[in-house]
Amino acid sequence: MRIGVPREIEEGEKRVALTPEVATQLKKLGFSLAIESNAGKAANFSDALYREAGVEIVDDPKELWTSSDIIVKVRPPKQHPELGFYGIELLGKGQTLISFLYPAQNPEMLKELAARGVTALSMDSVPRISRAQKMDALSSMANIAGYRAVIEAAQYFGRFFTGQITAAGKIPPAKVLVIGAGVAGLAAIGAAKSMGAIVRAFDTRPEVKEQVESMDAEFLMLNFEDEDGSGEGGYAKTMSPEFIKAEMDLFASQAAEVDIIITTALIPGKPAPELITERMVANMKPGSVIVDLAAEAGGNCKLTEANKVVVKHGVTLVGYTNLPSRLAAQASQLYATNLRHLLTDLCPGKDGEIVVNMDDEVIRGATVVKSGEITWPPPAPRISLAPKEDVGIKAKAAMEAAAVKPAHPLAFLIPLLLCGLGLYGLGSVAPPAFIGHLTVFVLSCFIGYMVIWGVSHSLHTPLMSVTNAISSIIVIGALIQISSSNPLVVALATLAVFITSINIVGGFAVTQRMLRMFSK
Amino acid sequence: MSPGVITAAYIGASALFILALNGLSHQESARRGNLYGMLGMGLALLVTIVGLVNDNQFFLILGMLSGGAIGWILAKRVEMTHMPELVAILHSMVGLAAVFVGYANALEHSSAISGVEKTIHDVETYLGILIGAVTFSGSVAAYLKLSAKISGKPLQLPGRHLFNLALLVASILLAVLYVEQSAAGGGLVPLVLMTIIALVFGVHMVVAIGGADMPVVVSMLNSYSGWAAAAMGFMLGNDLLIVVGALVGSSGAILSYIMCKAMNRKFINVILGGFGNKPKGTGEAAAQGDVGDIKPIEAEETAHLLETAKDVMILPGYGMAVAQAQHTVYEITKKLRAKGINVRFGIHPVAGRMPGHMNVLLAEAKVPYDIVFEMDEINADFPKVDVSIVIGANDIVNPAAQEVPDSPIAGMPVLEPWNGGTTIVLKRGMSTGYAGVDNPLFYKDNTRMLFGDAKDSVDAVLKFLS
Repeated sequence: MRIGVPREIEEGEKRVALTPEVATQLKKLGFSLAIESNAGKAANFSDALYREAGVEIVDDPKELWTSSDIIVKVRPPKQHPELGFYGIELLGKGQTLISFLYPAQNPEMLKELAARGVTALSMDSVPRISRAQKMDALSSMANIAGYRAVIEAAQYFGRFFTGQITAAGKIPPAKVLVIGAGVAGLAAIGAAKSMGAIVRAFDTRPEVKEQVESMDAEFLMLNFEDEDGSGEGGYAKTMSPEFIKAEMDLFASQAAEVDIIITTALIPGKPAPELITERMVANMKPGSVIVDLAAEAGGNCKLTEANKVVVKHGVTLVGYTNLPSRLAAQASQLYATNLRHLLTDLCPGKDGEIVVNMDDEVIRGATVVKSGEITWPPPAPRISLAPKEDVGIKAKAAMEAAAVKPAHPLAFLIPLLLCGLGLYGLGSVAPPAFIGHLTVFVLSCFIGYMVIWGVSHSLHTPLMSVTNAISSIIVIGALIQISSSNPLVVALATLAVFITSINIVGGFAVTQRMLRMFSK
Repeated sequence: MSPGVITAAYIGASALFILALNGLSHQESARRGNLYGMLGMGLALLVTIVGLVNDNQFFLILGMLSGGAIGWILAKRVEMTHMPELVAILHSMVGLAAVFVGYANALEHSSAISGVEKTIHDVETYLGILIGAVTFSGSVAAYLKLSAKISGKPLQLPGRHLFNLALLVASILLAVLYVEQSAAGGGLVPLVLMTIIALVFGVHMVVAIGGADMPVVVSMLNSYSGWAAAAMGFMLGNDLLIVVGALVGSSGAILSYIMCKAMNRKFINVILGGFGNKPKGTGEAAAQGDVGDIKPIEAEETAHLLETAKDVMILPGYGMAVAQAQHTVYEITKKLRAKGINVRFGIHPVAGRMPGHMNVLLAEAKVPYDIVFEMDEINADFPKVDVSIVIGANDIVNPAAQEVPDSPIAGMPVLEPWNGGTTIVLKRGMSTGYAGVDNPLFYKDNTRMLFGDAKDSVDAVLKFLS
């Protein structure tokens, strides 16, 4: 099948859905590839690079749309500014469109796709289950957005991130507050931390505390009765008014203290919650920066203006909505790899033919239109966490079952008593010589026990070969008997001497050889 | 030489043997420990030959020289990957020698003792031969298994527990018979019958035990060879033999205990055999992922990951030994260390086919022992590790041991690479380990699979390291 990659025509969009590297890998799956000329130019992938990877360069985008079996894009289709076509109207039965489609926001587009008998997969509808992580483009893009948000903040922040003590005086480290510790938030924490800032983070979902702390950032807690903000599919849900009040108090006190705020709070399908009020902005130190990653959905701060950088109350508010595009090469590479993983799953035969298998949970979730029929929204995904808890409960139950009830404090005396009785019985019948040997035997067992526990684990093999050699002390028994007058006894003793000699020499020699190899 | 001097020399030899084992507690003192062992053995031999042998010196010298020469050649020629086989076959020699010495003693009928003393002596002889024979045939079976001359799969006859029980009852009855007949001057028939039974039992016991339990078997046989020596000591009334036998016996017993503990198995279950052919609980583990979740990786990317890491952990298993990959692994280690990357090795106690097997292989490849760590020493460090490489290991890195309560390996202590950055698993295919349990590690998000023969894979990785 032929995969066609049109150039992104959205204003300021620099990403491209295919990189030369991914093209090589897709060719191995049996696909043939075509790309619109200059599609990768903004992300620094020249046509020559694509040609080298075996991708056909097509000048006319219309031809690309009509002649490809699969169209892959980053952004949803849009009216072409010069040529005036839309894309979808050129598609027909048997063709497949894979792109970010945002089906919830674009019901009209779904209808149109369905009317034309197209199959459409939306990258933002890939279910967020662990198996689908390798094709989760939303996470890839969020990761980039988080990183870029810190870079943007650094751009407008007039000081170092890291603290320094220089000859010219002491520089305090910048304090960064990250609100929302999702993928973007965690990426922002990582980036800010590695630049040397003091990073704090807040999230309504308490389970991310561990993740935040694992990145060496401080997790801010609310003085509030526990309310779990975890919603379906790893997103947060809307919280109660009391909770929000406590949250706002926290933000107000933090705003006065920190230099940079990065907000990433989004609730799917709803306008972004307002977290930073105008009063808080006014309370921030002059020169502070707010990067609002929710700008497109109205912003976590009402003063943010989408796609613009504005200065209000001395605070710079960055409202770029397409941060991944501002890191176009990286974003294209990750997006193309996500696409490749999806195509790999779609193409189980590795023969360049795709099969939209609606029994596969991941493909089912991503498919929004199947051969002219709208299949969005998909049935609710299985939450991957649920079985784990189950296992935890089972394990706990097993542990409880396994816990032995405490023994009677004098129970340890029973084996001692039994041993004592046994020894008494033995002592009353056995000859004194035997008791003497038994003494030696028991004491030697204890010595062996004490000494062997001290042996380093790494020396267990030499220990075995050396104990082997010394257990050949049995040769003494043979030596005692070898001078017998009974020829059979002599023969047996000689044989025993022979084989124990193999052991003595072999055991010690191989031990020495091994020990010589151990070196620092 | 007076008996007093001989006994004194034996005391000295006993002390030297204890010092020998004590020396093995650290690498620094281990070679001196071995030296102590040789001294002790030399002293005991010298005193016994000079003091007690008064005839047939020719046979003695012949036996010692030829045996010694064979032992020397064996020790020089053996490859480190074949150490478990060598150790097993050496154990069989101790067992066989015990049988010979026991028979020689039984034939020598000293009439100096009678009554209870005689009974005790006969029981000692009987036990010595019994343990010796079990050690002998068991070790030979273990040797055949380890060298893959017979199948490593547990052989489980129907009604094998009953069969073992019958053997036990028969040997007790024969013991009674032997003691009775020996008092009258005979008793060779029950002794021979018992020996045959013991030989059968030894083989049957070992073949019923699965491949992954071999470390336990090898250390158990080590222990038996000690008990055989101790029984001989009682029989001959020789304290040196008793001391050494007890030392070796408890050493092997402790090793068996450590191995069982490392697998979270009861010793008795290991002996009763069978592991890896009962699929119970595998369905549960398999449900945790399917092949779609596997993320393969190529050698080039592996090399790149390694080069960009700060902290690398290498977790070898028996597969590394089979593929003879340890030398290439060390080449990789050297290159990475030259770049200032902290490379360490994590060893699970039951990795390989005998206790400490991996350490010896790594030592052979000249890996410095101070970067080789025990599981308990490094498990807590995994969160700081960027890349872990699992080479030819499976069950010892299986998170099912902690996560799936009804898994056959539940509760077994395992290495925890999944707590670190990326885990790269070198593996031939998607087969399960010896325990027959699916490994959820392979489906973890931060796991990458590098498929292929371990040796080819590490060679390829080495090639891509600049």
